[in-house]
Amino acid sequence: MFETLTDRFEGILTRLRGRGRLGDAEIAEVLREIRVALLEADVSLEVVRDLLERIRERCSGAELSKSLTPAQQVIKVVDEELTATLGGESFKLTYASKPPTVVLLAGLQGAGKTAAAAKLARWFKQQGRHPLLVGADLQRPAAVEQLRVLGRDVGAAVFSEPTDPVAVARRGVEEAVRVGRDVVVIDTAGRLAIDEALMREVAEVSAATRPHYTLLVVDAMTGQDAVRTARAFHETLELDGIILTKVDGDARGGAALSVKQVVGKPVAFVSTGERPAEFEPFYPDRMASRILGMGDVLSLIEKAEREYDEDVAAKAVERLRAGRFSLEDFHEQLQQMKKMGPLQNMLGMLPGIPKEVRDAGIDESQVSRIEAIIRSMTPQERDDPSVINGSRRMRIAAGSGTSTSDVNNLLRQFKEMQRFMRSSGMAGALARSGPRRKKKQGGRSSSRKGAGSRH
Amino acid sequence: MAPPPEPASTAAPPLPPAAPPLPPAVVEAELEEELHLPEAIPEAKRPRVRERVGRARELFAAPFASIRRRAKIDEATFEALEEALLLADVGLPTTERLLTPLRERLAAKALGDDPDALLEALKQDATALFAGEDRALHRESDTTSVWLFVGVNGVGKTTTIGKLATFEKAAGRDVVLAAGDTFRAAAGEQLELWGERSGAEVVRGTEGADPSSVVFDAIQHAAAKGAPLVLADTAGRLHTKVNLMEELRKVRRVADRPPGKVTEVLLVLDATTGQNGLAQARQFTEAVAVTGVVLTKLDGSAKGGVVLAIRSELGLPIKLVGLGEGAPDLVEFDPEEFVGALFD
Repeated sequence: MFETLTDRFEGILTRLRGRGRLGDAEIAEVLREIRVALLEADVSLEVVRDLLERIRERCSGAELSKSLTPAQQVIKVVDEELTATLGGESFKLTYASKPPTVVLLAGLQGAGKTAAAAKLARWFKQQGRHPLLVGADLQRPAAVEQLRVLGRDVGAAVFSEPTDPVAVARRGVEEAVRVGRDVVVIDTAGRLAIDEALMREVAEVSAATRPHYTLLVVDAMTGQDAVRTARAFHETLELDGIILTKVDGDARGGAALSVKQVVGKPVAFVSTGERPAEFEPFYPDRMASRILGMGDVLSLIEKAEREYDEDVAAKAVERLRAGRFSLEDFHEQLQQMKKMGPLQNMLGMLPGIPKEVRDAGIDESQVSRIEAIIRSMTPQERDDPSVINGSRRMRIAAGSGTSTSDVNNLLRQFKEMQRFMRSSGMAGALARSGPRRKKKQGGRSSSRKGAGSRH
Repeated sequence: MAPPPEPASTAAPPLPPAAPPLPPAVVEAELEEELHLPEAIPEAKRPRVRERVGRARELFAAPFASIRRRAKIDEATFEALEEALLLADVGLPTTERLLTPLRERLAAKALGDDPDALLEALKQDATALFAGEDRALHRESDTTSVWLFVGVNGVGKTTTIGKLATFEKAAGRDVVLAAGDTFRAAAGEQLELWGERSGAEVVRGTEGADPSSVVFDAIQHAAAKGAPLVLADTAGRLHTKVNLMEELRKVRRVADRPPGKVTEVLLVLDATTGQNGLAQARQFTEAVAVTGVVLTKLDGSAKGGVVLAIRSELGLPIKLVGLGEGAPDLVEFDPEEFVGALFD
């Protein structure tokens, strides 16, 4: 995700890394390029202006550091400013002492409120809660029906009735109390920020249900209008956070920066795909490092932790660190990764993956073929592929229903992967990060140096 | 890549043809007359871009108004113009493409000193981007014409089809709706409700069914009952999803088999979309040879300036504009009006 922004910054910063020191002219050039990049990513003009001003001020020698090269320093400044703009800290959800905790979703038409409501319910279930979905979108034809189907998919009860949105929302909360649900997620009709009647209606829904959290659902592809929309909703509803949807495509990121800056509330969740599982909390510091081309090892690790057998992970990290990552480990990794959703998503999170690879579009059937090949190997072969000679190769190809050139390809790719992992210090990064991210300045800057040496 | 549709033998636009160029200070009544409205929709209720967007935009600072108030044209004027265009989502490359010739004219002292004249020149250049575009919605008389609606999630494909179906039925033409969005929960139900409203028949498959087969069935059904047009809905998909774009290619191939003939592939684009709209247009065009753009939700505060970039970089015509939730709120794209509203 956020590829264009990432690519552009990678381009600029690669050039920066080669420079010994930065003069005003260089800083001006960097700022110009950052401006183009941000505008292309639909970051709102006022936010761009603000951001550039802060970066300029801080780059103009004021905070010269002895330990960092000027290029590293610019990266650090841009990273910090992006992080600050993106949120500074993550969204924290505290459950109401007297349940249910009421969450209201609002937004423009087509932003993805209904899908987000169901995904949020699934997320609450994962947190051990018992959510009730309330369908208060009586405007769009079949919106309630859509919510019912999605609710069934994620295993959450859905309440709605064909009265009016305010009554539905109020009765929904009452219903939650009656049947003992501890979280209520209210889906509302999409509305234009400028439609006074509908804005009044959503304000009434809000007044009637007194939500603990009001989240604005924003399409990540939104352009400059994101700021106006967010401001208008914020004035009517007092938002507590943002759900950013459709971030699984290309060239977005602008809306996240803009809305956050304008509303002053964090992006709480991002929706990264159409499947119910493709929904996760948003980490601003991670996103900034992703924009800077650092990938997002951290999100990956957290995601891995959640849907991943920890023993297998620990073993793999151990072997990675020892430089002994075998085909057997690779096979196990593949199995685990398949649980986590499409590989394309995973790739975007890894640092140092070239753009061509990210854009290539992964054929998932390829993965099955790889699995078949590995399964046709003996344990010895999996542990040490160098023993695979011509006749073994033919046996493996026959056993997996592939050709010897397929087997050769896999072996070659695996070898390159091993080399890549060693050179990128990924083993070190994985091992360092541990089960939960520690906010340690030392750790961050050392991984940044690692990134620098890759280029 | 699918071949672009051949020029249709008959181009009978179901919507009123574009109004001929009008002076900028056109009075509303005149314009209403230029739009040949169908009997079913009272003329007085036919919305116009500027009237709808006016409401939205009064609320925000009008960047172009401040340019008019400037005493002379200088670098700051151009910076203000650039900002105004960027704020309208026109994007940096197209903004520069529009402003560079004007800067040159300024340097050559061929522009005078009047910001108003500068704005007028800019408006003309922007409007000229849309010159010669084919805004007709094509159909072929001796086959079942198929209009395929494609786009990312949540842009308003189903709603657009519902509105067009209402229009076609009101004009006395039979139409069959193909519920080709078999992925999104209740998308079929949504189209079904539009079918009830408009009186158009809807052909549906089961949820998760192959969309190609649903479109195929709809074409067979339309051919059998002699309906000349099928409006085919498809599931919203991000243009970056290789397998989903592949699925869409198949839908198009199947829909093009006799008795069906794809005469329009309309990319539905949400006016709030930023520069990503360009990537969408590019990818969808590559996959299914888009013939035109439908710009929806222009009644909000977004100006939809990305269509300038789409037009100038990809040459796609903008065919329809959505100005509200009601069926009559879908109107033919009028460059003059659109650019006028963009620069308000």
